[in-house]
Parts: sequence; C-alpha cells; structure tokens
Amino acid sequence: MGLIDYLSTILLIAGGIFFLAGTVGLLRFPDVYTRLHALTKADNVGLGLVVAGLVVQAESWAAAGKLVLIWLLVLLAGASISYLIGSGALQRGIRLWKK
Amino acid sequence: MEEMTLLQEIFDGLLGLGLLWLAWRSLACTDMFKAIVLFIAFGLLMALAWLRLEAPDVALAEAAIGAGVTGALLLSALAGLTSTGASRHEVEQPEGVEKQTGTLHRLPILLLMLTAALLGYAVLSLPSHDPGLSAEVAENLASSGVSNPVTAVLLNFRGYDTMLEMAVLLMALLGVWSLACVESQRDSSADPILDMLTRLLVPLLILVAAYLLWVGAHAPGGAFQAGSVLGAAGVLLILAGWRLPSRLTGWPLRLVVLSGPAAFVAIALITILIGGRLLEYPTEHAGTLILIIETMATLSIGVTLAALFLGSSPEHEEKQ
Repeated sequence: MGLIDYLSTILLIAGGIFFLAGTVGLLRFPDVYTRLHALTKADNVGLGLVVAGLVVQAESWAAAGKLVLIWLLVLLAGASISYLIGSGALQRGIRLWKK
Repeated sequence: MEEMTLLQEIFDGLLGLGLLWLAWRSLACTDMFKAIVLFIAFGLLMALAWLRLEAPDVALAEAAIGAGVTGALLLSALAGLTSTGASRHEVEQPEGVEKQTGTLHRLPILLLMLTAALLGYAVLSLPSHDPGLSAEVAENLASSGVSNPVTAVLLNFRGYDTMLEMAVLLMALLGVWSLACVESQRDSSADPILDMLTRLLVPLLILVAAYLLWVGAHAPGGAFQAGSVLGAAGVLLILAGWRLPSRLTGWPLRLVVLSGPAAFVAIALITILIGGRLLEYPTEHAGTLILIIETMATLSIGVTLAALFLGSSPEHEEKQ
C-alpha cells in the first residue's frame, strides 16, 4: 500500500463515520427539523470525504472531475430539498421540538 | 482475491434481502405516502442490483423510469387522491365488503402462486449454460448501424417492440387526458429556492438527456433513459409553477407527443415500401435512421412523461 492508498483509506473511513452519524441522527432525533439537520450535514460532508477518497485514486482528470461534479450536484439538490422539506413542514404547522 | 469475492457475496446477499424487505414493506404498508417512498427506495436498490448483474442499460432505465418518474407519478396521483377528499382511510374497504369478497380475494392469490410456480419451473428447466441469442446479436452487430448491442436489439432487430412501447405510452397519455379534470394553467410563483434549483438543473438535465441519447449508439443509454431525464426536467418545471403558454398547448404539444411514434411508423412504412420487411433498415443508413427515431422518441417520451405528471389535459383552458 502506497501513501495514496493510506490517504484514500482514511478519507473513506472518515466519510463512512459521517454517514453513520447522519443515519443515527435520522433515527434518533425527535422531530423533522433536527433529523434534516443531521441527515444533510452528514450527507454533504460524508459524501465529500468519500468523493475525495476516490478522487485521489482516479485514473484521469476526467474521472476526478466527474466525481467532484456528482458531489456538487448532490450538495445543490440536498441543500435545496432539505430547505423545501423544512419550509413545507413549517407551513403545515409542525412545531419545533423543545425539550 | 478470495476476500474480495466473499465481500461481494455478502454485499449481494444484503442487497437481495434489502430488496425483498423493501418490496414487502411497500406492499404491506397502510400509509400510502410511506408505501410510495419505500417503492422509490426499492427502485434505487433494484438499479444497484442490475448493475451487480452487469446490465447497466437496465440499471439506468430502472433508476430513471422505475424509481424516478414512476415515483413522481405515484406521488402526484396520491396528491390528486387527497385533494379530491378520498383520504387514505376512506379508500380502505368497510368490513362487510371485505367478508363478501373473501372467496374472490383468494382467486388472485391462487393465480399468483400458479404463475410463480410456472415461472420457477421455467427458470429451473433452462439449460445452465445457455448464451441465449447473444452470439447471433454479436454476429449481426456490424450491420445494425450501432455498436451497443442493447440499442441494436431495441431499435433494429426487435424494433417493433420499441415501436409498440411508444404506442402504449401515447395511449396512457390519451387515457389521462380523457379522464382528468380541468386544471387552471396559469403560471404560479414558486418558492425562490425551488425556482433557483430549477433554473440551475433544467439546462443540465437537457444536456444529460442529449448526452444519453447520443451515447446510446455505442454505450449504455438511449431514448427511454434520455426521455425520462427530459421528463424529469419537465416535472421540475411544473413543480416550480411554470406552465406551457396556452398558444403552445394545442397542436404544437400534440405534434411533439406524436413525433416519436409517428417517426417510428413512418420509417417502418418506408422500409416496407422499399422492398424490405418491417423496420429492416438498409445497412448503410441504419445508424442515421436509428438516431432520427431515437431523437424524436426522446422528445416525445420526455414531453409525454411531463404531461402525465401534470395529469390533466392542458387543452381545456383554451376552450373555455
């Protein structure tokens, strides 16, 4: 295993931890807003780390560019859709969770 | 390598179990919204399963049409159901009806079990190492006009199947247009974030559709995948409150919807007239003819899917 492989492994595992944390948050958090928070934060960073881990292994600049493009598109869609779900929930009168 | 295959087997096993579980949950769930979400998740995992089976063409179609467009259509149908007052509790049958149709309920289950048994017998009686028709396809690939065997089968060797599929899609839209209620076609202002997302994504989706259409000749892609991506752009525009200007909802819309099946039928007739058989293209023009059919089909599939999502005939507004 070369230096690149170690770097890639660390990035992929870190990405996996973020996905795990996001999933636990989705299952455990009390209401739609906190769940969205957990899911989108973890997804964006987690996918970013996974993509970074794959980019260092990419065979060409084109392949690396495609991977980064996937991440940017998921960022755009994830951020917009979490906003839409959140504002939709507010409009339906779902209250914010208070301890 | 040993570890690699073990990992892959574990992954495939989990994928298979996940598919069965999602399918069961989607069927058994009484909350229709949840059932649809589970169905979409099922479609996405199914696309992954097709990829594991090394069928990227089917995987693309499953992800775009099976999960994406069908999911959007189901959600819009559910929104239609709830807005007309038939909530999910009212859809359920009362107790008395349930008892009366008790014997009738068993009939479809018996038929399903019979079909499953016959299918199982058919699969088990297949020879274990049969390449099917892939050798014949590979032999004739050079004369098909394209280098992607899937496109060669869909648009050349078995072109009439695809032609009839286009006709089925057209019939579905005709059915929706004849049954659906009137809806006002005015533009409505959307949420600014949704508006921005639409403005960014729609040009990109059109580009992806064009790429899928072009790449279909030699790699996974093609008219149905490209058409469903175009349809997704249409769905996004409809959600963002955009409506087709009323001067375009009459014959121009119908012309685009018809263009796919019409191009197919026209080329089929020409191939019969110049002495060949139905959709038997002359070898030197096969590539061009397939590209013409696929381009028209992509446009018409995309517009048809978006129109199906809208769910009502845009013609009504003009007549009033």
